[in-house]
Amino acid sequence: MGLTNKSVGKAAIDTEFDIQKRADNEYIIALAGNPNVGKSTIFNGLTGMNQHTGNWPGKTVASAKGYARSGDNTYIVVDLPGTYSLASHSPEEEIARDFICFGRSDAVLVVCDATCLERNLNLVLQTLEITPNVIVCVNLLDEAGRKSISVDLEALSKLLGVPVIGSVGRKKKSLNEILSMLDLKVAEKSETGEPCRVRYPALIENSIDEICAALGDDVYISRYVALRLLEEDKATAEKLAGEFELPLEGALDITKKQIDKLKESGIYGKRLSDMIVGSTVRSAERICAECVKTSGDKYKNTDHKLDKIFTGKITAYPIMILFFAFIFWLTITGANYPSNLLSELLFSLEDKIDLLCDRINMPYWIHGVLVSGAYRVLAWVVSVMLPPMAIFFPLFTLLEDAGYLPRIAYNLDKPLAKCRACGKQALTMCMGFGCNAAGVVGCRIIDSKRERLLAILTNAFVPCNGRFPTLIAIISMFFVYSAGNSTNAASLVSTLLLTGIIILSVAMTLIATRLLSSTILRGMPSSFVFELPPYRRPQIGKVIVRSIFDRTLFVLARSAAVAAPAGAVIWILANINMADKSLLLHVSDFLEPFGKIMGLDGAILLGFILGFPANEIVLPIIIMVYTASTSLTDVASTSAMREIFISNGWTSVTALNVMLFSLMHWPCSTTVLTVRKETGSMKWTLLSMLIPTVFGVLICIAINTVASII
Amino acid sequence: MKTVTMSTLMPGMKARIKSIDSKEDIRRRLLDLGMIENTIVECVGKSPLGDPSAYLVRGAVIVIRDIDSALIRCEI
Repeated sequence: MGLTNKSVGKAAIDTEFDIQKRADNEYIIALAGNPNVGKSTIFNGLTGMNQHTGNWPGKTVASAKGYARSGDNTYIVVDLPGTYSLASHSPEEEIARDFICFGRSDAVLVVCDATCLERNLNLVLQTLEITPNVIVCVNLLDEAGRKSISVDLEALSKLLGVPVIGSVGRKKKSLNEILSMLDLKVAEKSETGEPCRVRYPALIENSIDEICAALGDDVYISRYVALRLLEEDKATAEKLAGEFELPLEGALDITKKQIDKLKESGIYGKRLSDMIVGSTVRSAERICAECVKTSGDKYKNTDHKLDKIFTGKITAYPIMILFFAFIFWLTITGANYPSNLLSELLFSLEDKIDLLCDRINMPYWIHGVLVSGAYRVLAWVVSVMLPPMAIFFPLFTLLEDAGYLPRIAYNLDKPLAKCRACGKQALTMCMGFGCNAAGVVGCRIIDSKRERLLAILTNAFVPCNGRFPTLIAIISMFFVYSAGNSTNAASLVSTLLLTGIIILSVAMTLIATRLLSSTILRGMPSSFVFELPPYRRPQIGKVIVRSIFDRTLFVLARSAAVAAPAGAVIWILANINMADKSLLLHVSDFLEPFGKIMGLDGAILLGFILGFPANEIVLPIIIMVYTASTSLTDVASTSAMREIFISNGWTSVTALNVMLFSLMHWPCSTTVLTVRKETGSMKWTLLSMLIPTVFGVLICIAINTVASII
Repeated sequence: MKTVTMSTLMPGMKARIKSIDSKEDIRRRLLDLGMIENTIVECVGKSPLGDPSAYLVRGAVIVIRDIDSALIRCEI
């Protein structure tokens, strides 16, 4: 399903096309392959950390590029989006095809999955239509071995007429073999044979020959240009003719005659393209029959058994819920200790900064804005945000690497299809549990624009890591409060309650999605197919590095950028007094009547508004208003916090409404910025804030009304 | 020999593809996945709610919604 490597948009091409060689011994290598064949592993292995990746869930943001060195030679490796074919018109296939056609690469390294070679050869054959400089890398040989599949690499190389290397993902030996093959084939340009080209039915071959004669028989790409002309894809043909200086004008008349001739035999349009695809698929089938030996039915082994459990009628959903409950539990309990440590560290640093400010006689208000305001909120956000994300994202990436995520899409496709959305939205929702901004970026894996917008606009309905602390704090204060220390039973009950809230959030997402798709985003679900890849043992080290660098730090940086200025604003509001009261309290009083209608109060609403930069600071701000303090302060114990809330009139209805409003209100500023970036439209950005807010306000009002009647 | 639509295949049933009449966007993708005429497909499972289904095609497991597989004719 393309969960590992795909690209988005055309912007990626424009930048990557500029790749220039800097010296004679520099070569450009394009890395192509189907999704899920371990292409990224090879790319990372070849280029080390010396690369620019943007590996978000699903799509390489731009085709990544990195450098590999072997002796005196330098290879600029360009990681193309994972594609099944070069023939369709999806954005990632166009990027891959255009790079192979116009990227002026010295060679294309096509990575294949040994366990599914036949389908992978399809891409190899299509690449060979465009360029003879192809090296095939048959990857995952270890996995194939376990499934009793053996590939005769020598025979394959003879049949394809290009070098073939067998490899096992990250093994140093495999990478060295690839590099020495690059040295041999690319740097030394040694001949390796006549590349295999797909033979089409006789009538089509005749037409190709006629057109090729006009284009120049000796140019390798003529045949491909002739095919494009026959398929009436004039734009590509023109571009190619320009690039390779082919006399296209002279060939156009002949093309027209040949197209007419084929039409007379009933070969045109759909039939013609079917015959072309069919010939390629059958060539791959023939080649495979000669060099792949399989004993037994490979899918029927472990994978099928696992699928019966993970996607079974009875077991699928409970297991899914258990998986997520476990991840949340681990994230929450595991984050406690490092969170405390981090906050002690950062706040002790604040004391030192205070001393320093005193020594240099910094004016009170500058010190207040910068240290008690900006620094303290920043420290707060970092210490509550970093540990849970550093635990959640690696766990999530583990599931992704193991191949479980496409199964979630498979299990949840029907309810989403009923909401006229895409099954892959389930994955973006899962990402949202980690961070809504990450979830919104993840929506790139959805191809249809309408369905992608649905997923983006409703992503904030699932609570992110930033909202879990609020939810958990309220659950433990008001619903499983056991005066004193929390017991195991209490923590179990709160986990169950939290799971309930999460299920509610999923239900609300579905309702909102359905509502949108019958109003402003009207339309029918688009067709989509995806692959259930084999289950794989994840590479734990790689998972941790990738998820921490690519996801955790990225999100943290974005929220830190807004937390600091917000901290300054909060401090200013709390420290400017008008008529005996701080501005903060004035605003809170102003909001009081609106809060009351929703079963909340002014301080709570103010907490949510000022918590716009990060949901983690909502509760601290509420406490700051209640205690009329001038800066965010940590309340040591749950029971002390509970006392403050109860003395300010909180009931269990207030607590419930705060939780619901926390689930459904405007997304945090990081998410909003991300929506703006992803949709490129102010209208959708505003809607992404408005939709959950309207839901939250209405539901809170309804509950408050019902509660006051009872 | 009986002609059926692919969506009617139950888990464990094999069939030979005869024609794909799906919408153009998905048709092309199915062809690229190797689902051409005379390809053998086997239904290997249905999702817990019955739709979509998973099919074994040339060694890979492909998920297709019923609404789309209903337009693929097969022989069993």
